[in-house]
Amino acid sequence: MIQTAVAIVFMAGGAFFLMVSTVGLLRLPDFFTRSHAVGKSETLGSLLVLIGLAIHNGWELESGKLFLIVVLVAVTNPSGIHTLTRAALRKGMEIWIHPDDRAETPAPPAEETWDTTEIRP
Amino acid sequence: MIGALLALAIFLTLLVGGNFIRVVRGPSLFDRLLGVGAIGTNAVVLLAVIGFIYGRPDGFLDLAITYAILNFIGVVAVAKFLDRKRFEDVDSDAAGATLEEGA
Repeated sequence: MIQTAVAIVFMAGGAFFLMVSTVGLLRLPDFFTRSHAVGKSETLGSLLVLIGLAIHNGWELESGKLFLIVVLVAVTNPSGIHTLTRAALRKGMEIWIHPDDRAETPAPPAEETWDTTEIRP
Repeated sequence: MIGALLALAIFLTLLVGGNFIRVVRGPSLFDRLLGVGAIGTNAVVLLAVIGFIYGRPDGFLDLAITYAILNFIGVVAVAKFLDRKRFEDVDSDAAGATLEEGA
């Protein structure tokens, strides 16, 4: 009984964080802020739901498979989004600035702009 | 418990629909790819939940593992492909060279 209650609490938390990820993906203004929402909230929500399922299942073989999925998602999801964000930065995507700060920040001089294509070793 | 899992599955399906809105009207290609990655991660979780709803999670969890690997490989492959500008440069240079040689 208490096992089911703990599993439901974990899955509700995971569903909340997945909802946070989707809301951030829909409402944030920029690609980089959206990647921030997806890269962290999505990973945490997935991990919480999968751990809740493992707690509901108990000590069996399926819990081992769920643990394998947990490790796989925790490693691959942030690194994949990191690769995507790095590609966008090297392609020269504009970084969003809040409208209140736009007038105050002067445009950087041309010789000091950071050439993102030269990061590659 | 089946009712809670069913509600969770329906909620995850709605979240996949919400991510699909970003895929449809993303301003840039990277926004669409980000939405596709989020849908893939949601699909992994949804496959695990559906396996427990149907009462035979062994096969569905194998599917979820496969889908997690394929999702990662797909996103990283497209990102690395877009990272290289050399494809465009090589194509334009080759076209210019052949034009000059022909002239």
